[in-house]
Amino acid sequence: MENQCCAANNEVMILACSGGSNVGQLSNRAAVELTQEGFGKMYCLAGIGGQLKGFVQSAKDVPVIAAIDGCAVGCAKAILKNAGIQDYNYIVLTDLGIEKNKNFNLSDEDITRVKKAVAAACNSPKTGAEASKFSRVVGCCG
Amino acid sequence: MDIKVLGPGCAKCQQTEKVVKEAVAETGVSATVEKITDIRKIAEYGVFGTPAVVVDGDVKCVGKVPSKQDVKKWISK
Repeated sequence: MENQCCAANNEVMILACSGGSNVGQLSNRAAVELTQEGFGKMYCLAGIGGQLKGFVQSAKDVPVIAAIDGCAVGCAKAILKNAGIQDYNYIVLTDLGIEKNKNFNLSDEDITRVKKAVAAACNSPKTGAEASKFSRVVGCCG
Repeated sequence: MDIKVLGPGCAKCQQTEKVVKEAVAETGVSATVEKITDIRKIAEYGVFGTPAVVVDGDVKCVGKVPSKQDVKKWISK
């Protein structure tokens, strides 16, 4: 929970699979750094997976979600599907050419690559239902 | 019925409280409306932002001012 009023209004919700492989941990590291850099705010995918109402409703109401899966197993994608959330920007790190393994010594180069991919996915033009989703969100603090 | 409006106190949070109270008054539902401003208590609901509305422990909306119509729907069930 951000220490600010109306924190959800203009923020990108970043959801990382944070799984037990290099790509899972890369998703986590990129989400942390993107949060620290002010791109968006990392949020608890586990809370959504646990179907906790505050988490699920937050994901339904936020204007922009960046979901990062490490690999094609797609745990983040499955969690969002189970929660009934359909509009989100989606990145799979193995699709970027990063090989999945158990080497947890993450390279700065890979982290930067992932962050750029997340930013690019979120900056693509919004259309249709997603565009109307933006317009119904109120501005922050009047 | 127990309704909580979560928000530290900006204009949108105050507007949300107003909308909720008006909806309760207009429907005649027996309900208590409590404004939660303590950040630590708000955090217990796991919401991504505020304002947020909770009806009988169920988080109904997050990060926006709900319409009065929506609030009436939530409290009429």
